[in-house]
Amino acid sequence: MSEEMKTILDIKDLDISFKTSAGTVHAIRGVNLNLCKGETVAIVGESGSGKSVTMKAAMGLLDSNAVINSGEILYTYTDESGQEQTADLLKMPKKQLRQQINGQRIAMVFQDPMTSLDPTMTIGKQIMEGMFLHKHMGKEEARKRALELLELVGIPDAEKRFRNYPHQLSGGMRQRVVIAIALSADPDILICDEPTTALDVTIQARILDLIMDIQKKMGLSVIYITHDLGVVAKVADYVDVMYAGKIVEVGNVNEIFFAPCHPYTWGLLSAMPDLDTDDERLFSIPGSPPNLLHEPKGDAFAARNQFALVIDEKAEPPMFQVSRTHWAATWLLHPDAPKVQPPPELEAMLARARKEAEKYL
Amino acid sequence: MTDRSTPILQVENLQQHFPMGHGYTVKAVNGVSFEIYPGETYGLVGESGSGKTTIGRSIIRLYNPTGGRVRFLGQDISGKMSRGARAVLRKNMQMIFQDPMASLNPRKKVADIIGEGLDIQKRFSSRSEREEMIAAMLKKVGLSPEHAARYPHQFSGGQRQRVGIARALIMNPQLIIADECISALDVSIQAQVVNLMKDIQQETGCAYLFIAHDLSMVKYISDRIGVLHLGYLVESGTKEEIFSNPIHPYTRSLLSAIPRPNPEIEKHRRSVQYDYASSGIRYDQGTPQHVGGTHRVLGTREEVERWREK
Repeated sequence: MSEEMKTILDIKDLDISFKTSAGTVHAIRGVNLNLCKGETVAIVGESGSGKSVTMKAAMGLLDSNAVINSGEILYTYTDESGQEQTADLLKMPKKQLRQQINGQRIAMVFQDPMTSLDPTMTIGKQIMEGMFLHKHMGKEEARKRALELLELVGIPDAEKRFRNYPHQLSGGMRQRVVIAIALSADPDILICDEPTTALDVTIQARILDLIMDIQKKMGLSVIYITHDLGVVAKVADYVDVMYAGKIVEVGNVNEIFFAPCHPYTWGLLSAMPDLDTDDERLFSIPGSPPNLLHEPKGDAFAARNQFALVIDEKAEPPMFQVSRTHWAATWLLHPDAPKVQPPPELEAMLARARKEAEKYL
Repeated sequence: MTDRSTPILQVENLQQHFPMGHGYTVKAVNGVSFEIYPGETYGLVGESGSGKTTIGRSIIRLYNPTGGRVRFLGQDISGKMSRGARAVLRKNMQMIFQDPMASLNPRKKVADIIGEGLDIQKRFSSRSEREEMIAAMLKKVGLSPEHAARYPHQFSGGQRQRVGIARALIMNPQLIIADECISALDVSIQAQVVNLMKDIQQETGCAYLFIAHDLSMVKYISDRIGVLHLGYLVESGTKEEIFSNPIHPYTRSLLSAIPRPNPEIEKHRRSVQYDYASSGIRYDQGTPQHVGGTHRVLGTREEVERWREK
């Protein structure tokens, strides 16, 4: 990450566990993440890998049985008087977080637009709600701004739509409304939790284009939480691959897609067929993610890793640096480790991808 | 494998309308025709609301089709079914649903979920035979026989979908309708389930009607593909025909929207927009035009000529 870029959100050594009736689930095991102003970071991982929990911690939305064992989430912002402030979101009182941060400075777009909108309120009212609360706007002013936002997110006939209820809109339109609500208080950071999973491919592309356009116009920093690598390839500057409550590989988007180092990333990439895949079988990661009720010993991925070394069962690998921006937590990168090549199907796929990409470079 | 030249399923001009009251009718499927041959995979793609799920459900008679004819293994299974036709349908056609948590009875043990079809059709002569069949099926889908005594909530998503597949497979069907059966699963688990489905197809020679919106997966698994939009089959053909030479503007727009796992391509990709209302195309006036091989496109002769030139 370049020096002149200003860090806006810095998550350090975050460690969270949940107390359940079955025991303590160690869901987040030391996560480090860095978001710079105007940049897009994507967090990729399977369900249960802890990607949503990490972001919920930043929003103060953790369930009541969550225990934050250690770590800090440093958020840098400019306050009303123009002073630059840095605050630890984990130590901030809940009330202050609700009044000053959530929705206003950090906004979130959730996966399913039908469950995140209030079915009994017109969409106009829902968009204005945030402006009344956070910006103390008058009704007329808020209405004007809401109509602007509806146009910004590409809803035609804003005047008419303003008085519609969520059920009168299609899925794509609903997600646009959710984005308009998120933008209503001019946030610095937009967190998109699987924003297009519930949508069709054609609409998915439009929503992602929309978020990217708005990001450029408003200078937003965006965090995507997703398991769809196609989405990541389209939007991300940096990618964090998460597995079992840890970030196992970080890099800029080209490094992750053209030269991945962690066997888990290999698995993720090759499990998704591209349009030229004609292998008899898809490469699949065997088994399923570990149950974090029982703390894994050594590398959490070892049991599913066909390239696992003896040391993987004994000690957890640290982050090894591959390039200035590229880090991966696998013993395979240790100088003493045997040289391991990615599976041949993946090699072929990466070669194809690199070749196709050359046309644009 | 049986004779590959006669289709096991023939759908002719299938229509499915839902009266909503007040004289208003939702026309979900409007005259769709296709056939499925033994041992092949036919993929149905389209956006949500295009009628792909409705077609699957009409064929297996979860709905009563409004019009058209469906023939399955030589029996007419549309309209009022004879007792014989019903038996053929229930035995030889099975369905895998999208959400395994919602489609498995949470109060039944896995063994009873899988064995329900056997119980109804009395396909075993003794309890031990039933147990053996269930254990063998569990093994086939990659679970262990000990799992038989567990409940669906004790499984992970991928394992639950395996139970859903086992439930469909135990009847030894010739056609399985897989309705978005991998959409709810994680990427790495999707690959496991797709591999399993392919293995089973090779072993038993069953055919799949694979309904999905993930086009790269449909391309990977299907032999032939039908593209649906607003209840019309706008284009159909082998996967090579559809993917290397898409003709209908909707198909082109759909293919251009496929996300590719390649950042450089993604940054430069501009998807083709398609809007039915402003396109000037009337689906109800087009007829399927043959453009070579098994490739068919819905439209008038002039429209198809024009699209082909582009």
